[in-house]
Amino acid sequence: MVPISYYLVLSGILFGCGVVGFLIKRNIISIFMSIELMLNGVNLSFVAFAAQWHALSGQVFVFLVMVVAAAEAAVGLAIIIAVYRNRETLNVDQVNLLKL
Amino acid sequence: MQSVESFVVVSLIKSVIAVFVLLTAVAYSVWLERKVVGHIQNRWGPTRVGPFGLLQPLADGIKFLFKEDITPPHVYKTLYIAAPMLSVIFALTSISVIPIGNWVTIAGVHTPLQITDVNIALLIILGVTSMGVYGVALAGWSSNSKYSLLGGLRASAQMVSYEISLGLSLIGVLIMAGSFSLRDIVDSQSGVFWGFIPRWNIFHGQTVAFFVYLMSAFAETNRVPFDLPEAETELVAGYHTEYSAMKFAMFFMAEYANMITVACLATLLFLGGWHGPIWGLTWMQAVLPVFWFLAKVFCFLFLYIWIRGTLPRFRYDQLMAFAWKFLFPLAVANLVITGLVVALRS
Amino acid sequence: MLHLALFSIFGAICVAGAVNLLVQRHPINSALSLIAVMTSLAVEYLLLGAEFVAAVQVIIYAGAIMVLFVFVIMLLNAGEEERTRGSRVAILFGIPGVLLGGVLVAWTLIQRSGTDEVALGALPGSPTIIGWLLFHDFLLPFEVTSLLILIAIMGAVVLAGKPEAETQQTGKGH
Repeated sequence: MVPISYYLVLSGILFGCGVVGFLIKRNIISIFMSIELMLNGVNLSFVAFAAQWHALSGQVFVFLVMVVAAAEAAVGLAIIIAVYRNRETLNVDQVNLLKL
Repeated sequence: MQSVESFVVVSLIKSVIAVFVLLTAVAYSVWLERKVVGHIQNRWGPTRVGPFGLLQPLADGIKFLFKEDITPPHVYKTLYIAAPMLSVIFALTSISVIPIGNWVTIAGVHTPLQITDVNIALLIILGVTSMGVYGVALAGWSSNSKYSLLGGLRASAQMVSYEISLGLSLIGVLIMAGSFSLRDIVDSQSGVFWGFIPRWNIFHGQTVAFFVYLMSAFAETNRVPFDLPEAETELVAGYHTEYSAMKFAMFFMAEYANMITVACLATLLFLGGWHGPIWGLTWMQAVLPVFWFLAKVFCFLFLYIWIRGTLPRFRYDQLMAFAWKFLFPLAVANLVITGLVVALRS
Repeated sequence: MLHLALFSIFGAICVAGAVNLLVQRHPINSALSLIAVMTSLAVEYLLLGAEFVAAVQVIIYAGAIMVLFVFVIMLLNAGEEERTRGSRVAILFGIPGVLLGGVLVAWTLIQRSGTDEVALGALPGSPTIIGWLLFHDFLLPFEVTSLLILIAIMGAVVLAGKPEAETQQTGKGH
């Protein structure tokens, strides 16, 4: 038996790490990976709450979140490629013009 | 219900046997390939070591072990060392859920002929094979050489693309069987229809899916005619250009272990698993299912080698167009039709 | 006991991977630690009984999305990132802020729901029942996400596709 709060704290830690990564990383790809980390943390809390309340809809929700994450990854990586093609850098601080 | 100790002991024994058999099978499928391709090209293949060159795999293994293990100075060391290990680990893991026969009772222990029977076996295999991309991709990247990088890039794009049609081709079978468990899927293919044709999925409604699976599986395992990631005429050796000795052997082992996994999966999903004509004495009835299973796997491996000896390689744009413009729509169409037929029947 | 041991081991791997993602300068190392996080999260899902979610986590997250990330890192040959002024400010103020928030949230969670415990495999989410839910109760969200992913595919093709020759010459984007 493990208290449900352990799972929630773990998901909180992952989400926090994602937030920190989003703030301190300067590489677009790393920033994007931090977002994925946040989504993963949220997913864990969904599954944990599903187990706590005996409601399978939590697990279905994780499934939907994954689909959204896949769509987000496809579009995001395409944007990263487009940015790199125009700017030849992946550093967000150097992507500071609205128009080239 | 058996005790925990006996469960652990039985699982350990089964794992050791499975790994041993798999590695031997890998070694001898290399021998088989060299022999068959040799005969296709009017050569003899290995003949020197042992009768018919049967001890050649042993000689090769010793050679790989004692070769100098060169690590080029420009590589990214951690990943360079980890990549072949990842490849071989994922290739060997997927065998753990593959059943090769029905339940047997040996020395009072009633056990299935597989390491573990789980109800999401197919998903596990898909997950493990999809992780297998990393070995190849990281090898290409960490070698820090242009041939390897091109090979790794090609491999990751190709494997992700073909994984989709591979997965979709399996869903038709899943709809027919109504389960993810490989044992249930095999059981759903027992019996015959029209009096003599076995109810294997390849004859029973999933013929198109089998061909989609066949082609995607060839691409997933990087074999001719989809061996772009290691095309020797353009990329030296692709992602394993910079590898030598045992690390190279690991990639080699991973490739052949993947071939065997794919062949086992094709047998289980489309060719009726261990079903086949069974007659004779009690011991024959016990052994024949396993024999049929192995025979089907052998036929599939032979097909692999035959095609390797026959077909030329695709061009890269043809490879991608084939995946997305032909196989993918075909798999979706098969899925829709299977779903409709099953829904209308029930 | 077994549950707690497995939870701690894989939870530790999760946290180590997440921290490693932050510390590593090279994106490919970050990507690999994220893969480690995702696979050990799949084990955590299994501990809670969500077997289908665990399998999908490995197949989709670790096996498809992260392959895309690794592919893009390889394709763009992304090197080590350099620290700039903006990121130092973020480290100075961001990390203490997030730590404070995290401790607050953890404290609240343990206070509020510390008594509820789950057994190993508490809520079995088999593929059958998840599928039934997806195609009955959640049919509309399911279809909407499929529409979303179709739009995303088209957007990705438009964004990453080769720009026409004339726009490349004048250096103008769309």
